[in-house]
Amino acid sequence: MWDWSFTLEILPTLASAAIITVEATLIGFVIAALLGLVLALVRIAIPWTAWPISVLVELIRSTPLLIQIFFLYFVFPKFGIVLDAFTAGVIAIGLHYAAYCSEVYRAGFDNIPRGQWEASIALNLPQWATFRDIIIPQVIPPIVPALGNYLVALFKETPLLSAIAVLELMQTAKIIGSDTFRYTEPMTLVGLFFLVMSLVSAAIIRVLERLLNRRTSR
Amino acid sequence: MGIRTLVGMLVVALAVIGLLATQTSYSLFLPGLLEGALLTIEIALLGSVLAVIMGVLAALARLYGPAPLRWVATVYVEIFRGTSALVQLFWLFFVLPQFGILMDAFTVAVLALGLNVGAYGSEVVRGAILAVAPGQWEASIALNMSRAQMLRRIILPQAFIAMIPPWGNLFIELLKSTALVSLITLTDLAFKAQQMNQSTLKTVPIFTLVLLIYLAMSLVITIGMRFLEQRASAGLSRGRAA
Repeated sequence: MWDWSFTLEILPTLASAAIITVEATLIGFVIAALLGLVLALVRIAIPWTAWPISVLVELIRSTPLLIQIFFLYFVFPKFGIVLDAFTAGVIAIGLHYAAYCSEVYRAGFDNIPRGQWEASIALNLPQWATFRDIIIPQVIPPIVPALGNYLVALFKETPLLSAIAVLELMQTAKIIGSDTFRYTEPMTLVGLFFLVMSLVSAAIIRVLERLLNRRTSR
Repeated sequence: MGIRTLVGMLVVALAVIGLLATQTSYSLFLPGLLEGALLTIEIALLGSVLAVIMGVLAALARLYGPAPLRWVATVYVEIFRGTSALVQLFWLFFVLPQFGILMDAFTVAVLALGLNVGAYGSEVVRGAILAVAPGQWEASIALNMSRAQMLRRIILPQAFIAMIPPWGNLFIELLKSTALVSLITLTDLAFKAQQMNQSTLKTVPIFTLVLLIYLAMSLVITIGMRFLEQRASAGLSRGRAA
């Protein structure tokens, strides 16, 4: 049933594929976190954009990520932009989660007391300084857990990249499986990898949450 | 977003699909895609039923079960929440046959999605039950109710209302996850889209239609859950006001 020597044999291959998975996760999340913040800020700074942005967010959140990955991968070349599978996939994941993150940021901004804005106006701070020095430092700590959850969720979506043949963990496991007709070991290892990483990152997020809250409560 | 905006979006989405259907470059693909959408709906419905059953069972087991049952439920929830849906789908599809358990792709799809979303759902159910005011428990104990009676008549009806919005989100997650079943050979909406894309290379019309169809289905779920929430909580708020 379970062949240990085969397990050891495929472990290095899977480990190097795991690096691609982690890379995709981190790049995707950076795109999601930054773009989400931009969406939330634009929404606040330019009131008339609120409605179109919320419709856009709803559109992105209501359709499957897999279809969005295909869409970007196949549609971009039609406009002359040829992206390799990894780039297209990571951009699609980043965009998808940017929609979720923008809602998180929005909730964070909504939680800032009105007086903070009013005081900044009273102190004659420019809008940019208000955001950078007053508002954002107060917005970030409470939303870290929510963003962390989306980081873990995004991480668990990266196997979708295998659908456009990015050589990440899932795709590598599938190739090993179809080459050797042994699916048990590669698939189980992939599952274990995700399980361990998810549990570890959940623990890290909890620690981070405690640290940040300690700093703000002081 | 308000329910009106959502209904508005649904109407617009359906109108755009209808409008596109009048053009031959789009209408060509519509029958095949709708056929795929039917399978998507089937899997999503059965998966949702399984998810609700698993969610409630796992939550009750973790809250009130004897120790061994509690561990089993915890392990189930952690495994299915800690790994990705695609890994679970592939594991059930490729690995289980090697242990002599053969299932057709449709069963695997419903099982994987139902178990996956059920694990998330169990946390929703657990949270909602724990959020019921402790006085309700105490009052039911004072009235000498049995544990089953308390749950069935006092706690669950109140927890039910708190569960509706998060379950709505989970049903949408499940609907979106059904796109994954195209990767285990099922001819759902996503599969049809890819197949047509490969044979005709008309990427833009095909994927535009597919996105619109998924959007319409998601909106139907969101609107349905909003109505359910309104109806379920209407009685409650009236009861409390008295």
